Formats: sequence, C-alpha cells, structure tokens
Amino acid sequence: MAIQRLLIANRGEIAVRIIRATNELGITSIQVYSEADKEMLAVRLADEAVCIGKPHAKDSYLNIENVIKAAIEAKADAVHPGYGFLSESAEFARAVVEAGMTYVGPSADTIERMGDKVSARQTAEAAGVPIVPGSKGRIGTIDDAAVVAGKIGYPIMIKASAGGGGRGIRIANDEAELRTLAPQAQSEAEAAFGDGGLYMERSIQAPRHIEVQIVGDGKRAVHFFERECSLQRRRQKVWEEAGAECLDDATRKHLCETAVALAESVNYVGAGTVEYLYDDATNEFYFIEMNTRIQVEHPISEMVTNTDLVQEMILVAGGAELSVSQDDITKTGHAIEVRINAEDPHMQFLPFPGLVTKLKAPQGDGVRFDHFLYEGYQIPPFYDSLVGKLIVHGKDRADAIRKMALALTDLEIEGLKTTIPLHVALAKDAGVQSGDFHTQWLEPWLEAGNLTKGAAS
Amino acid sequence: MPQIQSPLPGTFYNRANPESEPFKKTGDTVSATDTIGLIEVMKTFIEIKADVEGVFVEYAAKDGDPVAAGQVLAELEG
Repeated sequence: MAIQRLLIANRGEIAVRIIRATNELGITSIQVYSEADKEMLAVRLADEAVCIGKPHAKDSYLNIENVIKAAIEAKADAVHPGYGFLSESAEFARAVVEAGMTYVGPSADTIERMGDKVSARQTAEAAGVPIVPGSKGRIGTIDDAAVVAGKIGYPIMIKASAGGGGRGIRIANDEAELRTLAPQAQSEAEAAFGDGGLYMERSIQAPRHIEVQIVGDGKRAVHFFERECSLQRRRQKVWEEAGAECLDDATRKHLCETAVALAESVNYVGAGTVEYLYDDATNEFYFIEMNTRIQVEHPISEMVTNTDLVQEMILVAGGAELSVSQDDITKTGHAIEVRINAEDPHMQFLPFPGLVTKLKAPQGDGVRFDHFLYEGYQIPPFYDSLVGKLIVHGKDRADAIRKMALALTDLEIEGLKTTIPLHVALAKDAGVQSGDFHTQWLEPWLEAGNLTKGAAS
Repeated sequence: MPQIQSPLPGTFYNRANPESEPFKKTGDTVSATDTIGLIEVMKTFIEIKADVEGVFVEYAAKDGDPVAAGQVLAELEG
C-alpha cells in the first residue's frame, strides 16, 4: 500500500532531503529528533516532529525501542532510515515490519546477508560479480590465516567479518606481519562489533573506488550508472564523481550489469550501492561490498540521470513497480559532489561545531547545495561533521570541475571552519583535473602540504 | 582554585576507555602537560591537557556528560 505517513529516523542533511521527497510525493513527514536537535532544519520543515531521547545517538537515533515507539505513537505507516545510524541494522528493519509498518529499504534478511562480508562475498560470486581473491569463509586461528594467506599471496588485507567504516582492517606484507596484525584486527573487531570473525583478501595496490547505484522493486532492478569516489581521507569519501572517466564503455557496461545481477539475485527492494575496487593496470574490477541504503553521494547520480532516487525508493517500498526501465535511464554530462564538513582542514581536520552566523548558497544552472544549515543555527557536537554537500552538473568533466571551482567561491558559511578550502585546492590541482588518482592519493597529497600551497596561491 | 575548562563542546570522558581508571584521582599531582580527560566532538576524540599545575581535587563533569565550551571539567588546588 502506498505510504502516507513517513517517519524519518535520521537527522541532518539527509532528513531534509527525505522531507523534500515526501513533499513532492504528497506524503506526511514525521521527523524524529534528539534533545540536542530541537532546532535542526528538518524539525522546522517536517509536517510533524517527535523527540526520541537524549543527545547521544545511543539514546536517540540508535535506540531502536525509542524510534519504534515514536513511529507507533505518531501513527506512521512507514520508516525511512536515511544513511548511518540504524540504516543497515537488520534488527531495526525487522522491528519496523513487526510493528506493522513499511521499512523503506530491503528486507531484514537482505540487510543481514549483505551486511556480513563473508555471506555478501558468496552472494556476489554466485551472481557472477568478480571478487578479490580471498579466504572462502571466516578464518579460525592465526595458523589457518597463515596457510590461507600463503595461497592468496601477499600483501594481504585482514578484515572484520562484521566490519564497516574501515575498522578492524589491517594490511600484512608477509607472514610475520600477519601473525602480529591478525590478533589486533580480531580484538578491534570484537570491541567494535561484538564479533571477532575475520576474513582475508588480496590487497590491491592503489585501486580506484567505483560504485554502481541501483534501485530494485523486488522483481526487477535497474542501475543509474557508476560513481567514482577515490578521493578519500581515512577511508571517508571527500570528493565524488558520476561517472568514472577511467572506464571504457565495455567495462562500464559489464560493471553496471553485474550490480543489477546482484540486486536481482536477492530480490532487492529500494536504493542500494554495489561498491568495487578498480585496478587501472589490469582494467579489472572486484566487488567490495553492497550498501543496502541510500548513500551520501546519491545526488550526483540523480544529476546525470535526471532521476529522484529518494522518491523512487519510497515508491517501491510502498509496493509500486520501478517507474523506469533500464532503457529509459540515460546519462548526460558529468557531476561532482564535495562534502562540506565542519572541520578545520588547516588543523588536522579538527571538528568545529560552530554557530552559523552567515550562509550564502551558490546559485546557478546545474548547482545544488544539500545541507541543514540556517543563519543562527548552532551545530551540535554529538554527531557526524557533515553539514552539507555541494553538487554540480557540467556538460563534461572539465566543465564540472570549472563549475565546482566557481560554486565553491560563491558558497559562504561563516561562524565555523569547514572543508571548503580543501575542495578549492583540489579543484585547482593538476592531478585532480587530469583524473589521475586512486584511493591512496589524497592522504600523501595532504601530507606533502598541497593544501597550504593551494591557499597561498 | 585552578580549574580546567573544556576548550570545545562535546562529550566528556574522564578515562581512556570504559575499562580503565580515571586519568586523575583526588590528591594526585597534576602538571600542565598531563591529560585529564577526553572530549568527543563529532566522532573525534581530543585529549584535554591540564594546562595548569596543582593537586587534583575532583572532576566537575561526570564521565559521559555532554559539556559546553568553557564548562569546568575539573578542579585543582593551587
């Protein structure tokens, strides 16, 4: 049944983004908020708002009981999890459905299956998606790890089976390192996820990160082309593009088709992203993981395909068939998104949760600023530092970079430190302009002082 | 009486991790470079140095408390 009252179980810019979609669909929005978030933009914009607990996320946005209780009391018929927080919790998805509501996303079983790295890898392999050579399943003992690593070859990456966000990952160059690092990864995984299970795969040197946006309706899935998100700091994406210029047409087609095959093999419902490593040297790509939710960087795919992915995921959750077939989806031009974080890039990215004293968003054709700021807003210190995303759409990559440089000079946020200077420097950089980068590129670039040089010129 | 204030808003912790002992207890000597606590701000942990010297009296903020910039975290005797 079509959704009529949607509870938004998230905060920040994605909550604002979901409210925009509900407004356009004529759905009533119910925004949850913590005691620290009474003044946030999504609370002001939503049709209704309900407090779900104390500032700390564990007492509010991560508290399943509180969120479900709020949804029932507000008579919501569906829940949108956004990204982060409970968006990849199978337990939460199950609780929503058990309370008689629709979960905007895939089934709890699918979240569980794709959330565990080992079962995700097996599912991908079965669907014909190329995977990095690695262990067949969980590694039992350190001696087992050494035997398996010997077969796969060094350098080898040790990962937490239940992991995410880069935690629990180690790279060993030989057996001696493996024997030191595997126990560390195990205890980190145990502490972070309550599950010390490990698996291993060959470490691809200096790969690119490429991902495919998909949406499924349970029977059929379609892709909205690929994004390249190789510019990362501490495994967090910083600058994202749609599409990936490094791919030739045949590789792009194959990559996108494998993502659709994987989604259809699990009867996927909702928006999802299949992430890959891409090796320029061999023109090969390998499955990393599938994120069973909408992602931060979804707007660039929306820009190049002229689609509203958030509306589409809400519609399919309500039981509608996909509104488009694959042939309807075409890609026009090139889009770039940069993440504006409340951090001081000149001070080791120290978080800076300030009071917004002035805000001027850039205007213009093909320019979009997704954010949750307003003048007089005090950013709370309890959550992620992402405050906005500047998105541009150009006729080609060079045009998009040029547009980004211009839009960045038009974006003014006073009262806090932000990562705008980082993006200004990146847009000017010859390496960025030529597209000659990979996932290990940005950190050495920062260490070499390129940010300071950029600011001086 | 010297006080140690939080340089920024966030969540205060008086110990390195939930299993360890507080950084300081009553009667401890404190030097300026000693770490007396951590502030978690936007998922980043920042060490709070005493910046003053003295004898530790007590924590004014509890472990896990949300704190504002400028809020007193601990009291010393000079």
